[in-house]
Amino acid sequence: MRLMQSIGEWLDARVQLAGTVRETMEHRVPQDSASFFYVFGSAALTVFGLQLVTGILLAIVYVPSAGEAWNSLQTLNHSVPLGWYIRALHGWGSNFMVAIVLIHMVQVFLFGAYKFPRELTWVVGIFLLLMTLGMAFSGQVLRFDQDAFWGIGIGASISSRVPVIGPWAVHLLLGGPIIAGATLSRFFALHVFVIPGLLIAFVSLHLLMVLKLGINEWPMPGRIVRKATYEKQYHELTQKEGVPFVPAAIYKDIFFTGCVLLALALVAAYFGPFGPSGRPDPTIIQTAPRPDYFFLWIYALLSLLPPQMETPALLIGPVVVILALLLLPFIFGEGEKSWRRRPVAVLTILLVAVALGTFTSLAVHAPWSPVMDAWSGDPIPPTFLEHRTALERQGALLFQLKQCHNCHSLGEEGGKRGPALDNVALVQTQDQMIRQVIQGGGNMPAYGKNLSPPEVTALVAFLRTLYPAGRAPARDAARAVVNGTAPTQPARQPF
Amino acid sequence: MTLPDLSRRAMLVKLGLFFNGAVAVVLAVPILRYILSPIFGERKTSYTSWLPLGPVEQYPSGQTRLASFRNPDVTAWDGKTADSACWVRRIDAAKFQVFAINCAHLGCPVRWFPQSGLFMCPCHGGAYYEDGSRASGPPERGLFEYPYKIEDGKLFIKAGQLPTPGDPSALVKIGEKFPCA
Repeated sequence: MRLMQSIGEWLDARVQLAGTVRETMEHRVPQDSASFFYVFGSAALTVFGLQLVTGILLAIVYVPSAGEAWNSLQTLNHSVPLGWYIRALHGWGSNFMVAIVLIHMVQVFLFGAYKFPRELTWVVGIFLLLMTLGMAFSGQVLRFDQDAFWGIGIGASISSRVPVIGPWAVHLLLGGPIIAGATLSRFFALHVFVIPGLLIAFVSLHLLMVLKLGINEWPMPGRIVRKATYEKQYHELTQKEGVPFVPAAIYKDIFFTGCVLLALALVAAYFGPFGPSGRPDPTIIQTAPRPDYFFLWIYALLSLLPPQMETPALLIGPVVVILALLLLPFIFGEGEKSWRRRPVAVLTILLVAVALGTFTSLAVHAPWSPVMDAWSGDPIPPTFLEHRTALERQGALLFQLKQCHNCHSLGEEGGKRGPALDNVALVQTQDQMIRQVIQGGGNMPAYGKNLSPPEVTALVAFLRTLYPAGRAPARDAARAVVNGTAPTQPARQPF
Repeated sequence: MTLPDLSRRAMLVKLGLFFNGAVAVVLAVPILRYILSPIFGERKTSYTSWLPLGPVEQYPSGQTRLASFRNPDVTAWDGKTADSACWVRRIDAAKFQVFAINCAHLGCPVRWFPQSGLFMCPCHGGAYYEDGSRASGPPERGLFEYPYKIEDGKLFIKAGQLPTPGDPSALVKIGEKFPCA
């Protein structure tokens, strides 16, 4: 024990850090801030540290070459002992980190912690968020499987829409005219050197400011932030009623961080690593690329925006959002901190959460994508074929053969791109169906060139049988009069 | 006579800073040139060359077939990514259309369905007619088309650049002129 002490004293006589460390540990925080709501920052930092460790571990096997990256991931997954687990930890760590950073941001926003004098801490935090997302995207690229390959293509297509410099930006992004070796190498440099370096620098700055300015006090309704008086009030809160960070607050950070790490370890062990999906071979086109979890909402947005709004939304939207986030503490730097007195702030969070959640859940099912093999893989349920005439069944065959099923579902089977056709005869008359099939419209291709008149007749005859038992299909009343046929059409008998 | 504010030391500090600034500028030129090499590279025109797609007999009249070609501008470590795919539509004996594999929306690989005569995209649901024109979905235009020629009974296309909505010609314009020049 005495030896330890003398070694410690010898060291500190040289590095002289003990005083600073002790001061940092024992700095006083407001009593209410020693709370389980204040643990997300330290959890994000810990997961970041774990990402650094697992990242370095992966880098000692991974080969950043377009020709070999995919193979080296297979080696990691299958040959290197526990390589799969390190990959799983790193991949799930990325998801955890994005999630914790977002929760941290929401907490800081709702607790008004971005207000005077912590504006710059918030601004640095926004950059940290962007870098975290940048790490998530570039990490997905390093997986260099089919999803990654076509994902970069999407990134390139978006970049190309920037006015004037778009095409140049694409070449800079890809490192050449196509997605190939140079693309992977530069994303490797970004993911392994550039962004982590910036992250470490910005995290240090972020932490330094938290220490210098003090952790945000628990917001009390009616305790108004004013630039003239805030610092004095905060000083009183911490010095008179405050508690030392160690041990009064830190045990909550340690406890929560432990829970997060344990959850991460279990999730990684249970679900395993992400991919890699198919080999990055541009000539294999039987693929349906999907982005990683945290970019699914963008995927949904890109499918659902009207075409003419897409480019402006893609180019202006992010700029507006980032600017708004950066300017927030300067516009609302004073005033109420408590969420109880800031209904707009709470509603904003709810709106954003509901929107992101909705887009993400939509993207999981991707109803806008045709089901590419529904025509050959999803048969029409038998109930839609029973008691049909030969002509109607011929139409059902055409429904499959002409890939109608890829976009239209019958009995929940098939694509959701177009409307489900289970009851289509209730809403469209025969003439309307013929017109729709031949001319298309309303986001449906025209099939006039690819269906002969007999085929159209058969297909429409089948579609005319798609209505529930006991109800009559839609009909054009005027036509019956013109043709002199019976004014009423009996409902098809339920069998 | 001496300048009152400018001591010898302050003068040397300023000179030193100026010297370092000048060196920084000199160093910045090659660094920028290196970083921007994908834009202002030496290989400006090497990827505009004609690429062979094989004998025309491979492509029956009235059909659309998948073909692949090796990009002209590749490195030894590109692996499979050195190749690209395209759709070749033979209209009649002498008339062809060669479409980029990339959807005009965001670049996903479109698939050809001969039965319905449509190209469909698996990502965001774009669809195109057999002549490449837009049928439905988010794309704002038809499929990208490569220029082609037939020589000695062989089909050639001019390709080598990822076609994107912002550079739709699928032809290289990079390096030929500056955006505002």
